[in-house]
Order: sequence, then structure tokens, then C-alpha cells
Amino acid sequence: MNVAVRDVGLIAWRSSRRTMRQPAAVIVPLIFPLILLAVNSNGLKAATHLPGFPTKSFLAFFLPFAFIQGALFAAMTAGTDLGRDIDTGFFNRLALTPLRGLGIVVGQLGGALSQALLQAIAYLTVGLALGVRFESGVAGVFVFLVLALVIAAAWGTVGIWIALRTGSGEAVQAQFPILFFFIIVSSMNLPRNLIEAHWFQVAATLNPVSYMIEGLRSLVIEGWNAEALALGFGVSVAAVAVAMGLASIALRKRMTRT
Amino acid sequence: MADEHGIEVWSLVREFKDVKAVQGINLRVEPGEIYGFLGPNGAGKSTTIHMLTTLLPPTSGTAFVAGHDIVKEGPSVRGAIGAALQEAALDPYLTAREHLRLQSGLHGLNKREREERSVELLSRVGLTGAADRKVQTYSGGMKRRLDLALALVHRPRILFLDEPTTGLDPQSRNALWAEVARLARDEGVTVFLTTQYLEEADVLADRVGIIDHGKIVAEGTPDELKATIGRPTVVATPKDVAQLGAATAILERFGEPTRAAPGATAVMLNGKGDLADVLRALDGEGILVDDLRLHAPSLDDVFLAKTGRMLEGDEEPAE
Repeated sequence: MNVAVRDVGLIAWRSSRRTMRQPAAVIVPLIFPLILLAVNSNGLKAATHLPGFPTKSFLAFFLPFAFIQGALFAAMTAGTDLGRDIDTGFFNRLALTPLRGLGIVVGQLGGALSQALLQAIAYLTVGLALGVRFESGVAGVFVFLVLALVIAAAWGTVGIWIALRTGSGEAVQAQFPILFFFIIVSSMNLPRNLIEAHWFQVAATLNPVSYMIEGLRSLVIEGWNAEALALGFGVSVAAVAVAMGLASIALRKRMTRT
Repeated sequence: MADEHGIEVWSLVREFKDVKAVQGINLRVEPGEIYGFLGPNGAGKSTTIHMLTTLLPPTSGTAFVAGHDIVKEGPSVRGAIGAALQEAALDPYLTAREHLRLQSGLHGLNKREREERSVELLSRVGLTGAADRKVQTYSGGMKRRLDLALALVHRPRILFLDEPTTGLDPQSRNALWAEVARLARDEGVTVFLTTQYLEEADVLADRVGIIDHGKIVAEGTPDELKATIGRPTVVATPKDVAQLGAATAILERFGEPTRAAPGATAVMLNGKGDLADVLRALDGEGILVDDLRLHAPSLDDVFLAKTGRMLEGDEEPAE
């Protein structure tokens, strides 16, 4: 087996195992987005009566939010755990092995992605059970999951970058409100063209999270919308690339081994 | 297996902004030797060990560990060393067996080797029965023993231990000392050990370096170091305090007066007699004593003589 693949696999294995043994790290990301999904899809369903609202089902419209929020939770877990590793010296233990620095980042990301995948399957199952139908069909469900994972990778890399930059699990957790703010100031509750407050509309348009949500949403309520998908994948991949670059710089400063 | 290379340190310096943590130290550790690096908190011990294990680049100078330059050949150094650094760095959610599986996997052992080595090391550090328990249930001593096992996974030729017994109870400390001594004696592993415990250095180390404020202030075997600061002291406590003056006069025949507790008198022996001679002289003059003892110089005395202060209980800020 290729050494790099083996190392990434081992770090991802450890990361997943640790996460699965922390009930709070598993249950909260699984349940909380579903609670918000239930509350908002009931409380805000009157929005579907707005002229120009793209669907009759607010549940279908709002479903992608669960995936975005779940990905944020998975990112927080990955970042917090890495921050704690730095804090406790476990990171130094890894640095003393032949493991390449990037292996830590990618391995940790692998752990976050496995958590995000399990969550995604749970959200999807609940959504389908509640009557959500994908306009893009079965293939759309598959693409939806792939995009959800790319989005999770983007959030996960941001979490890892913050951990490497701050070296503290607590500092990573302190960033949660800022990252959550990005989700709130997006098109999660309404299509951008129906947002009345001009400043909010501008903020949602500038906010990359809007395009992640809209990419996912298009597969559920529209079918195959090439522009929405291109923007969703493009923004997410760009976010992964930027966050990975920042994480690499932070890693070089953090891992000063010769 | 003993290797022909130990550790050679050349003018090693590490500065952090305005702080000179390590100020040009030189030292040499022979293959198979246990070297005790002794110093108070903040003396530069951990900074030195971080440089020698390649985790921290030196500001200037270098060192050769197992024959490899720590500045230019980091990966080769890391392949040859094992390290248990300050505070057992373990994942509370993994078991001991899982830690060993991860560590040995990252060192490139195949699945069969991993299992065999894990079983062997768990047995050696006495954790077989607790191998499948999460580390968060372990005592401090168990964590330290697992830490040591993890450092040995890839059979390193040189072992770095950073304050391995800090915070351990005497039983755990003795068990760890026994294992470290066995590694050096039976397997020829070179051990570089930092400690702030004089007893640890005295019992375990073949040679000791004392570091203070980033500089090595003394180096040698424990006996050599003790010899440098002098001779044994005889302390006598007369039964009748009225005889203190007479007792002092007798003791002064055998050496120079030195500080003693109230009600006692003491001299540093000058070679003109030993404890038995002192006892005979006191008896000859009819002076009864409650207590008569010979105090051999300790590393504590060495540290006091070299740095002007006591080591244990020192209240300097931590590194």
C-alpha cells in the first residue's frame, strides 16, 4: 500500500473512532439540524405562498440547510479534536513519526468526511421519509451526496485551518458563532430574489454559503440546473483549495520539525 | 542493540524573541549510556530535548543524534529515536492497543508486526490487562508506561524521556526506573533523560549534566559531581546541651566547622579521621550524644554549590 494512503487512512481511522466515542459529538450534529429542519419547515412554510417561490414544499426547499449545518458541526469536531491534539502534545507525537504533515490534515479531514457522510445519509433518509422528492431523480440523489461531501470538505478544512492556526480546541469552538453567521446570512430561508432587505440580499449574494445551499437545493426542487450546480461545486472546491492553502501555511508554522 | 553513535551536541542555542532558553550547550552521550539532564523548571531542559528530537529547529549550533544532524537530517533522526515528552500525550478516547496500532502503523510496521509488537510492549510495561480500556480510565502511572511503550514501538536506538516520573507515586516511579535501566542494560538503548528530581538522576543516570538558565554548569558521573564539592560532614547532637561547646571542640580536630541545626554541631571532614574516630574521641572525653551521623555529599549539595540554590521545590515559572 502507498505510504501516504496508509498514513491518511490511519489518521482518519483514529479521528473517526475518537469522534464515535464522544456521544455529544455524534448526537448533536445528527439531531440538531433535524430539529431545526422540523421547526423551520413548519414555521416558515407560509413562505411558499410568496409569488415566485420556487416550490410548494418548504421542507424540500429547506432540506439542504441540514447538510450545511451538519457539515459545520463535523468541521467543528475535526478542528476541536486537532486543536486538543496540539494542546496536549499528541500532535508532537505524530510529528515524531515519519508521517507527512499534510497526512495529518487530510487524515483529519477524512475523519470529518466520514462523520459528514453518516449524517448526510441520516438527513437524506429523514427527508425522503417525510415526502421530499428529488426532481433530479436517483442520479440527482447521488450528485447531491457528492456535493454535500465537497461542502463538508470545505467546512472541515476551515476547521482544521483554525485549529492549526490557534493550537487550541477551545479557540476552534469559539469560532462557531462566526461560521454559523455565514449560514444565517445566506439564502437558506428564502431565494435571494425574494429577500426584501437590500443589505441582506447583497450579503447573501456575496456569501459563498448561498451557492453551496443553492447547488444542493437545485437538485431537490428544480432538477438539473447547470448554473446552480457549477456555482455550488465551484464555490465549494474553491473553498477547499483556499482553506487547504491556509491550512498548509499554518501547518508549516505549527510543525517546525527539521 | 547498541549503536556506535550516541548524542553529540555542539554549541546549541535556542532563542525565543527576547528569551535565550538555551545558550550554547555542548555535551556528549555515549552509546548505551543513561544521561540525566538535571535542572529546575525553566532551565532549558525541554527546549533542549525538543531540539534534539527535531521538533524545534535550533537558532544556532547543531547536534548529531544516532550519527544524524538534527538540522539537516530530521527524518533520519526521527527514525532512530523514540521520545516520551512532558505530559503523556495520549488520546483519552483510544485504548492502549489502539494507540500502539496507530503508532506502529505510522512507523511502517505491517499488520502482523504491529500485533506482535503491541502484545510484547503491553506485557513489558504491565498493561496487558488494561490494553482494551480507554486511556481516560488510566492512572498517571499507567499513562506514563503506555507513553514509554509507544516510544519503543519501532525499536529506537536512542530514547528521549522528558521528566518521565513527574507526578508519579513512588511505586510507579520505581517501575519506570527499572524499565529504563533494563532498556539501557539489556538492549543497549542510549537514554537521554531530563528530570528535576535529584534522586532520579542519582539512581538512574550514568552521567549527569546540570543545566541552569540555559547553560550547563556541571557535568560528570554522580560520584564525580559529588566529589567536586567536597567531603562528608559529621553532625553530632550532645545529650546535654551544656556539652555543645566541648563537642564542637572535639569535632574541630577532624575538620572545618559547618552549619548545623540548633543543639547540634557539625564539621566537614578534612581527612584526619572518620566517623569512628569522632565517636571514639567523644567517648574518650565522656560526651554522650543523642545522635551522630555522617552526611555524604548529595547531588542536592552539588546543585546548591553550582547554582547557589536548591533544586527541588524551586518556584521558578515553568518552561
